[in-house]
Amino acid sequence: MAVEKHSPLAQFEIKELIPMEIGSLDASFTNSSLVMVLTVVSIAAFLVLGMRKHAHVPGRWQSMAELSYIFIANMVKDTVGSEGRTYFPFIFSVFMFVLFGNLWGMVPYSFAFTSHIAVTFTMAAFVFIGVTLIALAKHKMHFFSFFMPQGAPIYMAPLLIPIEVISYLSRPISLSVRLFANMLAGHTLLKVFAGFVISLGALGVLPLLFVVALTGLEFVIAFLQAFVFAILTCLYLNDALHLH
Amino acid sequence: MNTQPEKPGSTPPAPKNLEEKQSLEDLDRRVRELREERRKPSKLSMNIKAPPSNVLGLAFRVAVELVSALVVGAIIGWSLDYWLDTRPWIMLVFVVLGAAAGILNVYRLASGFAYAANYQTADEKDQEHRDSDL
Repeated sequence: MAVEKHSPLAQFEIKELIPMEIGSLDASFTNSSLVMVLTVVSIAAFLVLGMRKHAHVPGRWQSMAELSYIFIANMVKDTVGSEGRTYFPFIFSVFMFVLFGNLWGMVPYSFAFTSHIAVTFTMAAFVFIGVTLIALAKHKMHFFSFFMPQGAPIYMAPLLIPIEVISYLSRPISLSVRLFANMLAGHTLLKVFAGFVISLGALGVLPLLFVVALTGLEFVIAFLQAFVFAILTCLYLNDALHLH
Repeated sequence: MNTQPEKPGSTPPAPKNLEEKQSLEDLDRRVRELREERRKPSKLSMNIKAPPSNVLGLAFRVAVELVSALVVGAIIGWSLDYWLDTRPWIMLVFVVLGAAAGILNVYRLASGFAYAANYQTADEKDQEHRDSDL
């Protein structure tokens, strides 16, 4: 029992806080939902309160809020071009949600909802379906030429089209697995090494130092993975808007 | 040219026009400069766009691309088999196709090609769009 409780994977357990049922559906408010609510509230607070003064010479907080905006705005501009401006609010929301979710996961005793495939795959599926619909709306049937490389001989089509279709369908999976696996691995590793600190006695200083370094690395990964998620969304959007 | 709002006789029209023309030219130049500025990729994201120096991260990306395409191929093959009752033949074919798709994904990732099924690098493609945007 005691071993189970200190398992490095115990941190990913979903706990029901307020049981709720919609029909036969279990829609309980869990610790995961709680952190998601905290994430959204803290993003709103960060941006709205940061911009409250809207001074010409920004303070530290306002600069952070402005920088995050400019960062994503430039990313959208560089990867999608001027047409991408319409989709900026969505990409900015996705980036901030993943970033703040990752950062909330770094708070001790908190919960990293981005380390659950259910959460990341839902987001990736949403991006994937949305991008496909945008491409279909914009290019109509021409969209399907996407799956046939230009200049390939026609008798290669039976081989090339399934490969391209699989490659296209694998996007949401690679998008979600990348985020989820990074967060899962990082948090598990932290717990495993933290467990060594006590059990090694005086030698426990070594894993302790490692945990400190790893925590720093985790913060980098929190930013990096949010960035990767957002930039891949941009790249997919770019493909949808500018078919060859 | 004759649509001046002022009374025609009060001020000599020629210098006024010249001044207007200059200010218009100036405006034109500034607009063009700003537009040029806008088209240039910003420095901030250019730095980040460079491939990650983190080798482990790159290796991880490659692994994820390979496996996810394989999984999608297997799932498609399995469901087609289930539907057509031809177990296990279609799945065998689609697993191989999935592996090919995974290798294609990795090739595109490694060579800086865009994700789409056209064989241009992302930069070339960008350039094309910038040209076509104008």
